[in-house]
Amino acid sequence: MIELILRRLGGALMILFGVAAITFVLLYALPADPAVQLAGRSATAQTVANIRHELGLDQPLIVQFVHYLGNLVQGDLGRSYTQKTEVMTLILARLPATLILMVSGILVEVAIGLTLGTIAALSRGGAVDRLVMTASFVGVSAPQFVVALLLLYVFAATLQWFPMSGFGTVSHVVLPALTLGVLGAGWYARMVRSAMIDVLNQDYIRTARAKGVAERTVVLRHAVPNALLPIVAMIGIDIGQFMGGVVVVEAVYGWPGIGQLAWQAIQQVDIPIIMGVTLISSLAIVVGNLIADLVAPLIDPRIRAR
Amino acid sequence: MRIVHEFLRRPTAVFGLAVVLLVLIGALAAPLVAPYAPDEQLFDGLTLEGAPIGPNGAFLLGTDTLGRDLLTRLLFGARTSLIIGVVANGTAVAIGLGVGMLAGYLRGPAGNALMRFTDLMMAFPALLLAIVLAALFHPSLWIVAMVIAMVNWVQVARIVYTETRGLVERDFILAERSLGAGHGRIVFRHILPHLMPTAIVWGTLGIATTVLLEATLSFLGVGVQPPEPSWGNIIFESQSFFTSAPWLVVFPGIAILLTALSFNLVGDALRDILDPTQRGRM
Repeated sequence: MIELILRRLGGALMILFGVAAITFVLLYALPADPAVQLAGRSATAQTVANIRHELGLDQPLIVQFVHYLGNLVQGDLGRSYTQKTEVMTLILARLPATLILMVSGILVEVAIGLTLGTIAALSRGGAVDRLVMTASFVGVSAPQFVVALLLLYVFAATLQWFPMSGFGTVSHVVLPALTLGVLGAGWYARMVRSAMIDVLNQDYIRTARAKGVAERTVVLRHAVPNALLPIVAMIGIDIGQFMGGVVVVEAVYGWPGIGQLAWQAIQQVDIPIIMGVTLISSLAIVVGNLIADLVAPLIDPRIRAR
Repeated sequence: MRIVHEFLRRPTAVFGLAVVLLVLIGALAAPLVAPYAPDEQLFDGLTLEGAPIGPNGAFLLGTDTLGRDLLTRLLFGARTSLIIGVVANGTAVAIGLGVGMLAGYLRGPAGNALMRFTDLMMAFPALLLAIVLAALFHPSLWIVAMVIAMVNWVQVARIVYTETRGLVERDFILAERSLGAGHGRIVFRHILPHLMPTAIVWGTLGIATTVLLEATLSFLGVGVQPPEPSWGNIIFESQSFFTSAPWLVVFPGIAILLTALSFNLVGDALRDILDPTQRGRM
């Protein structure tokens, strides 16, 4: 177990190094020049050159990268070009909003996905099953920003049940979480249905039924817990996806999370922030997968035995 | 024949195919059937106060904030979505097939290196990467297509890799090899044909993902640039008016949803039919 964790951590470090290297090269190889962006339209060539020197952008790429890695090891993600603040500080300030949205979005996904997936599996091949499966396809095919705007139109602008945008109270989180959750639930429902169908065909389910256990108990006590494994893997993936900031949802709802930070930085070619957010997101993806792998044996003794 | 027969027995698949064909015809025939020109700012396309007009007899789906006919722009936008969908996803599937097949066939250090690179790409936040790339290049239709391909090939590569690994172990490959067949012959004559079902399924399912990603990038303003119409940038251009002119969000939204849904339905049916082991599962 310890060995597995260490090996996975080693792999994770390699991946993060690779992500840092690729992002770095991409950002500096691209046509957008942060010095020109910062200097503004009417700047002279001398001003641009000065800014470039100040930011260290006139040094060879490899020198810049080694310098960046050196700082990174000490937990320093550099300073933002435009906001003149440590990138780490900026990201940490956005973290609570992102975490709140992540947790509430995943809760909605799991609640809807688990319920619908189980119902579909129990009526496999029937009308309810087909309805749920079609609905889940609609969910995974719907564009996030359209659903976000429509929810705003109906529940904020027309019915005025929830605020149009912002952050702070429980009612602010409802629409963003619903947008993430309702759409993501499609995948969960399909996954749960598939896992439940496997489980319901197992001998121990037949045994439980044969000895007269109530169907409700068969499903809730014997079947559902055994179908949870793929859900854990999916939550791991979602932690990674959502931590990077859900740019679209945050943009529509004015949610002050990491996604907004990244989105503003991209528009201003604020490379240290873009680098920082990319690295934090990759870290979250790697850690999310790692958590899923580590939690799996805890909830399923069969994996522990392997 | 069996495939066609099985396909036609699924109402959802037939529905999907019908919508796909409809969108395709609409895109191809846009210049013929569209009531106006896509960039034409119509004289009577705005109210006296300068607001967009809702759906009526003259403008079936209403007009946008510049007084252009929405139906016309949706028809021309279908071209953008389909071109990007097919080109970007085709490229992604081709790269995925190439990398996955090579890694699965070579195995050893070279195959390992390829798959580690794929793992690395999996750890990239895909949407963020696409936004960064699209924003920092000055986006055009083809740049957007290539950005999407760069992000979407990874999944295909993983699946193809796993399948190729399985195929390489099979007896018929061993037999072919002992008969003296070269690498090229084994890969292209014996492995590739077995991967075609996967390629076809992903060639269809992936278009749904691609259409959604293009719409998202264009909605954020880093995808296809106005005035060239795309379903995503129609919403991008009009989002500040969405409370007073909701049709400008609803109709393009329905177009995106129906197109993505239809490619998903067709792809899902193909997966069921072409890969019987998956039948009735996902």
